[in-house]
Amino acid sequence: MSIPGFVFYLTSGILLASSVMVISARNPVHSVLYLILAFFQAAGLFILLGAEFIGMILVIVYVGAVAVLFLFVVMMLDINFTELRQGFLSYLPVGLLIGFVLLGELVLIGGAWQFVDGAVGRGVAPIPPADQVTNAQALGRVIYTQYIYPFQGTGIILLIAMIGAIVLTLQHRQDVRRQDIGDQVARRREDAVVLRKVPTGGGA
Amino acid sequence: MPGDVKTRLCCVRFRLGGGRDMGIGLSHYLTVAAILFTLGVVGIFLNRKNVIIIMMSIELILLAVNINMVAFSVFLNDLGGQVFSLLILTVAAAEAAIGLAIMVVYFRNRGTIAVEDINMMKG
Repeated sequence: MSIPGFVFYLTSGILLASSVMVISARNPVHSVLYLILAFFQAAGLFILLGAEFIGMILVIVYVGAVAVLFLFVVMMLDINFTELRQGFLSYLPVGLLIGFVLLGELVLIGGAWQFVDGAVGRGVAPIPPADQVTNAQALGRVIYTQYIYPFQGTGIILLIAMIGAIVLTLQHRQDVRRQDIGDQVARRREDAVVLRKVPTGGGA
Repeated sequence: MPGDVKTRLCCVRFRLGGGRDMGIGLSHYLTVAAILFTLGVVGIFLNRKNVIIIMMSIELILLAVNINMVAFSVFLNDLGGQVFSLLILTVAAAEAAIGLAIMVVYFRNRGTIAVEDINMMKG
């Protein structure tokens, strides 16, 4: 077997095995760790395909942000996970049945499918020769010109997601004393200090 | 043929290259993506009580779609697929952030994240 073939089968084998572990691990922390392994293997597949920019972005975004966010939430929430796992075996038959049906349908689609004549290379943005233009450079040329509106749209989606997550998780606790600068500045002497005439010997 | 051009260039740069004459074709990648997608769907059915595992299964499904997109992009010699794979990645990240935020808020209010307890809006 050639080296690319060996790398492909190794990478995709680890990818599929670790995704099996993601859905079947007892401990959700282990699930997240297997998810990270699966993301690394998928990035390897992308690099094998020659789409190294997407592979690197996959590692940065999925492993660096999404999986760490999952890990953070799993560890932060104090949940009895064994309770949540009850019913795993009772759902197993119907889950496997649906899985096999779905996989069978996908195999049927894949078996009967083929490219239209002349479809190869007729796309909207042909990939330039890789020895002259790197993958990241080629993607940048397309993203900032032809796909500028979807690109800006993703920026807006990320902004909305960020604001939404902050607004959702922001909480105002009532039992904590906070500094109110406006209140401090608006405070006047009459509110704070009272001068009283105390009779001599009567202040005891 | 463009596919051969792609194969040659991959080999020039990486000495690896998932080209056609290496024995690894588009159908290999599509098979991996199909199995990954099915595993994601099965994961949703197996862990029907645990929202966190369900969200991880959704991430697996999106990863399978990404593999399909990039594989088609490379074998059709069209960068559009890789651009859309970037968009899918962004949406997946946004979805994970919002979903986990909702889960944190829900846990703060109810003390549980079991799916069958999420029925406050049932009426």
